[in-house]
Amino acid sequence: MFYGITPKSRLMLGTAQYPSPRVLGDAIAASEAEIITVSLRREGAGGAGFRDLIKASGCRLLPNTAGCHSAREAVTTAQMARELFGTNWIKLEVIGHADTLQPDPFALVEAARILCADGFEVFPYTTEDLILGEKLVEAGCQVLMPWGAPIGSGQGLRHEDALRTMRAHFPDVPLVIDAGIGAPSQAAKAMEMGFDAVLLNTAVAKAGDPVTMARAFAGAVQAGRLAHEAGLMGQRDMAVASTPIFGMAALS
Amino acid sequence: MRVELNGEQVETAAATLSELIEEQGLAAPSVATALNGEFVPRGMRDGTVLTDGARIEVLSPMQGG
Repeated sequence: MFYGITPKSRLMLGTAQYPSPRVLGDAIAASEAEIITVSLRREGAGGAGFRDLIKASGCRLLPNTAGCHSAREAVTTAQMARELFGTNWIKLEVIGHADTLQPDPFALVEAARILCADGFEVFPYTTEDLILGEKLVEAGCQVLMPWGAPIGSGQGLRHEDALRTMRAHFPDVPLVIDAGIGAPSQAAKAMEMGFDAVLLNTAVAKAGDPVTMARAFAGAVQAGRLAHEAGLMGQRDMAVASTPIFGMAALS
Repeated sequence: MRVELNGEQVETAAATLSELIEEQGLAAPSVATALNGEFVPRGMRDGTVLTDGARIEVLSPMQGG
C-alpha cells in the first residue's frame, strides 16, 4: 500500500503537542497506529527522551518537512531526516501560506521531483487538486496525501465532493487524508469514502483525554474501512419501508 | 572565527564541522547537519571546512505532525 508496506492499521498518528511524553506513548499504543510522524529541530529540552520513546513504540517513522516554505529547504530537511531516522520515507510539506498552511503546489512538485530522483519515498501533503496530484505521481510519488482541512483546524473534510472526485480519479494510488481531522466521525467518513488511511495529530494530542481519543480514532477508522469494504447502501429521496407489507393483518 | 550555529552567533576555534560539533558538546551520532542551507552527511563532517560567517544547522529528532 505504501511503498511496499501494508500496515494493519489505517491510522497514522502525529507525535506533537501531547501534554507529556508518557501520554504520547500511551496514545500511540491506544491508537494502534504502526506509522507515526516525526520531525527534526534544533535540539531542545527532552530530545533524548523522545528518541527513546519513538524507538520503544516500535512504529515505522514518517519524518516530515513541516515548516519548510521552499523546495530547497524541504529537500535539505528531507536529506537530514533520512540520515537521522534511517528511512527513505518523507512526508513532504512545502507550505505556501502562513495562515492556511496550505501547500505551495509549484514548490511541492519541484521538491518531489528532486527527492524521488534521489531515492526518497515521498508522501506529499497536497490539496485535492487533480492536476497537482497527477504532477506529483509523474514526479514519482506513489502515495498522495490530500488535506481534509487546514492543519490543526479540526474542520474535517471541508471539500468533500472534491475529495470524492479525487478518490475516483486516482483509483490505484494510495490516498491518505492528512490534516484537518478533528473528530472520529470525520475520520470514519474519510474511510467510508474509500480513502486508504487517515493521518492526524492535533485531534488526539489536544483532546481532553488523548489516550481515550486515540482509542476512539482507532475504532472510527476501522469502522469506516469496514463500511467501505461492505459497500454502503444508496441514498433515496423517499422513504422505503424496511418491514415487509406482505402478510400484514387486516385490522382496520 | 565567528559562525552562526542554530541561529546563534558563536566564536569558535574549530576548523571543521566535526570539530565544531565536538567543541560545542553536541551529540554527534544523533544529529544531522547542514552548512549554508546544504545537507552535510555525517561522513563529510571531517572534511567540511568552516569559514567566517558560515551558517550551520545541527538538528535532532523532535515531535512532529
